[in-house]
This record gives sequence, C-alpha cells and structure tokens, in this order.
Amino acid sequence: MTIGVVIFPGSNCDRDVKWATQGCLGIETKFIWHETNDLTGLDAVILPGGFSYGDYLRCGAIASFSPVLSSLKDFVDKGGKVLGICNGFQILTELGLLPGSLVRNHCLNFICKTVQLEVNSRRTNWLKDYESNENIYLPIAHGEGSFFCHNDTLKKLQDEDCIALRYIENPNGSIYDIAGITNKKGNVLGLMPHPERACDPQLGSIDGQKILNSLFN
Amino acid sequence: MPLYIATVNVALRPSVLDPAGEATKSAALRLGIKGINKLRIGKAISIEIQATKEEEARSKLELLTDRLLSNPVIEDWNLQIEEI
Repeated sequence: MTIGVVIFPGSNCDRDVKWATQGCLGIETKFIWHETNDLTGLDAVILPGGFSYGDYLRCGAIASFSPVLSSLKDFVDKGGKVLGICNGFQILTELGLLPGSLVRNHCLNFICKTVQLEVNSRRTNWLKDYESNENIYLPIAHGEGSFFCHNDTLKKLQDEDCIALRYIENPNGSIYDIAGITNKKGNVLGLMPHPERACDPQLGSIDGQKILNSLFN
Repeated sequence: MPLYIATVNVALRPSVLDPAGEATKSAALRLGIKGINKLRIGKAISIEIQATKEEEARSKLELLTDRLLSNPVIEDWNLQIEEI
C-alpha cells in the first residue's frame, strides 16, 4: 500500500500529510512532483492544502492543467482513491472530478480554527468508520472555502448521497453547510477541513485518523 | 500575420454572492456616495494574439476563456477583440 502526495509550487500541507499518513498511521507515503505524469504503483493520491500556483486566476485553476493531473482522471476511472484537502478540494472541482466550486468566504476573512462537523453520509469507505451523524472536530484554514453549486447539482448530490461532511455552524457561507463531498462512485473525496492536522495525539485530536486510514481500507 | 488585442471580462454569475463587491459597496456609502444599487467585482484580462483572421483569433480566445480563464459553474464572461 503506497500513497502519493502531490507537490505543486505553493503546496504547504504536503509534509503535514506525510507526517500523518506515514508518521502517525504507518502507511508508506511518497511525494509526487507536479511535473510527473506517472502514477504507477500508487494505491491512493492525496492533493494537499496550500496555495498552488499562488492561487492565481482562481484557486486550483492552474494546478488542474499540471502534467500529474492529466493522469489523475484515468487513475480515478480505474478505481484509485483520491483525497483532496482544502486547496486539493478546489483543484478537484476545477478538474471536474467533483461538482461545484469553492468561492470566497462570505465573511471575507481567512478562517483558521477548529470546527465541529457532522458525518452526513457513511455510504463510502471514507467515513464508514464513524458513527452515523457523529460529530467530529477538524481544523479549517481557508479564505475561499465557501462551497457553491446550482440547485440541480445540490439535488443530485443529495439524491446520490454524496454529501460527506457538513458544518454544524457554517463558517463560510457554504451551500447546505457543505464541508466535503464524494463522487458517486465513492473513490474521490474533497473536503475543506484538514484531517491530517487531527491525527497526532500530541496535537489534541485524532478525529481525522479514520478518514486517512480509509485510504487503504 | 495580423495582430489582435482582446479584453476578456470575467464576472461572478448573478446567482453567486460577491462578498468583495458587497464590502466595497458599503465602503462607497461610507465615502458618502449614494445611489449605488449594485457593485460587482470581476476581472479584465488583456491579451495580444496573432491569427490569420479575426474569426480564428476569436475561436482561440473563446476556447481559452471557456477552459482556463473562467469557471462556468460560478462565472460569466464576454470578449472584445480588435485588430491593431
């Protein structure tokens, strides 16, 4: 079992992710430079948080054209697991692997704090180890994390049970309090909160461990 | 080959809240300017492009704008182009 963590120019959570997956959970993890297009040998890919390409144009827009991501759609089609955290979630929406878009927080502030979330769906492997409607605490750190989609897309997300995590107290104006969604197939999860920052007991919470553990379940 | 200069204007779709625009509208009121009903912030992208004719330039710029410069989920755009 090997996880690849993609590094874009401007990624800043890549080492945090590796510490969580390999240091805390013991899953072999290697870094993938954005200019490679070779994902062979990987069982899962994580797009970490940060500010890829300086968030120029739109968050995640330029990263979605990087060579490594040209291989990602094939990887997903073949059943590979992909987790997009924060900027990684923004990239997945720009790529079209997840619907909707992440726009500026309604309050205009960059929000950096721990938030309470509800596990809205246990349909996919990602969250199956939590209790139904369990409340968990994960840190968020974003300026453009307000999830937006049109009503027909929201209905589809609800009908297909793809809304994974919802905020208990909506910090950023996200539609339907959405903090994370999956694709219909269930092998792609995008979320604004940072599970990798809640894996090491020394940091006060291990609520994110089950999400990262599901990468190899 | 003819050279064209183009401006692509990208703006959030009307259904998407523009918090930066709302904040700027509030500041305009504090400046004492009354009567502003709507203030939306977008971006203008200036491009110079070589093409054999205007239709070719327009076609390339439309592809560029659809695929990269704008996100159709949240944004609308328009394109102005002229030969220089």
